[in-house]
Amino acid sequence: MLIGKPADIAPSEITPVETFRRRREIVKALGLSAIAPLSTAWPALAQAEDAPHQPPIKQFNKTDFGKEEKLTPYQDVTTYNNFYEFGTAKEQPAVNAKKFRTTPWSISIEGEVHKAQTLDMDKLLKLAPLEERIYRMRCVEGWSMVIPWVGIPLSALIKLAQPTSNAKYVEFITAAEPDSMIGVRAPILDWPYLEALRLDEAMHPLTILAVGLYGEYLPKQNGAPVRLVVPWKYGFKGGKSIVRIRFSERMPQTTWMRAAANEYGFYANVNPKVAHPRWSQASERRIGSGLFTRRIPTQMFNGYAEQVGQLYAGMDLAKNF
Amino acid sequence: MPPSKTTLSCYKLLLFVLGLLPLLRLLWLGFSDELGANPVEFIEHSTGTWALVSLLLSLVITPLKLIFGWPWLLLYRRMLGLFMFFYACLHFLSYLWLDHWFAWAEIIEDISKHPYVLVGFTALMLSLPLALTSNQFMMRKLKRRWKTLHQLVYPIAILVILHYWWLVKQDITQPALYALVLAILLLARVYLRLNPKLNPKS
Repeated sequence: MLIGKPADIAPSEITPVETFRRRREIVKALGLSAIAPLSTAWPALAQAEDAPHQPPIKQFNKTDFGKEEKLTPYQDVTTYNNFYEFGTAKEQPAVNAKKFRTTPWSISIEGEVHKAQTLDMDKLLKLAPLEERIYRMRCVEGWSMVIPWVGIPLSALIKLAQPTSNAKYVEFITAAEPDSMIGVRAPILDWPYLEALRLDEAMHPLTILAVGLYGEYLPKQNGAPVRLVVPWKYGFKGGKSIVRIRFSERMPQTTWMRAAANEYGFYANVNPKVAHPRWSQASERRIGSGLFTRRIPTQMFNGYAEQVGQLYAGMDLAKNF
Repeated sequence: MPPSKTTLSCYKLLLFVLGLLPLLRLLWLGFSDELGANPVEFIEHSTGTWALVSLLLSLVITPLKLIFGWPWLLLYRRMLGLFMFFYACLHFLSYLWLDHWFAWAEIIEDISKHPYVLVGFTALMLSLPLALTSNQFMMRKLKRRWKTLHQLVYPIAILVILHYWWLVKQDITQPALYALVLAILLLARVYLRLNPKLNPKS
């Protein structure tokens, strides 16, 4: 144990790994896990399944981002997902994304750019050295995680594309394949999912295109093979399984704005003082912290105010939510 | 021929055990650390869902009794109603304790500011007198007023559906399904009242 950092849990309270595994085995043997598939039909019987690991990413650089944070366990990051293309319940994407094909994959770069092109994954992975970034992720629903992403700064791709002087916004359009995405068959949202950033937000060094987490390639339920991560904004801004990146002059209507403009704005910056119309945003539940833990206060810009505050200087953030 | 007294008691015991299964499942999953990534939400959703299911099951009794002429079914309506109250209390307790750690100022603000919380809370408050008057003594004491009082179950059911509907972020499939079931149960009452021929008692 590090000096000066007291353990927040007594060793006697920790369930030994063997006991824990044995309990899980007992539960499985009793067939309780067998009802997991039912959860897709009836949430009253919902139960998460374990998600398998992905191939490791051979080379990436560690960074100092978030190294003081306690990581959310891999199983939680990969089984508690909002990815409506694979179902609207949190445990569904991990179950329903299996059929989705992520190879081969390419991203079309289009719109107000000098170098419109199609980027395949090999080329994308070579745009900049892969970095690990440990970021807090705050969902608009009031929960949060700490995730060690692996990715490249989005700015590397933008520099390659060379936006024209008209380009003010960057749109991210994600996969919508009814054959392998069960959620796309229902009109829950206006598919395909579209998210967008202002060009300066997109160029910000914190904004990344993630291709992995926990040193492994992204699982499909987390947005394989490539997704956006903007740590100071609510999680829904981070489009998953991106197929098109379009530069535009006008602010686009994003999918969630079209679904409920009074509830989801274009900026969606994490802000404890601006409540969602239906719930407070003042605090959040940290996933993986266990049953008997309190909510923690939500931080302005999710704790990245120092880095990104100047992007919104002079703006009324209650209006531009 | 109506079932024997022993059979009826057996059914009652069976229903009691079945009604406890959702709670036992939660305890079991909690003990084996299988409540998933967000255990607080899991418990809130699970207890809430089972309260709603118990409520709807309690509303199934009267139409079934009328259609099939099984007056003995009424013996189980009270238990279903009490299970609804039991799971609703667990639901509220998990909200007060696990979710908000009895931070009363925060809780009062949450209830008063957010319509989906308010309608859920109202439904629970309205079901309190029903639970308190569910015994034989109060039934005898209140006589005809008992029936009037217990018709509160209809606004309660509607408030519970609203609670669920307004909570959901975008995909309203689940609350819509429960609303459909409730609508059928309410319409069945209207239909049976308009067609007393179907009612063997009258």
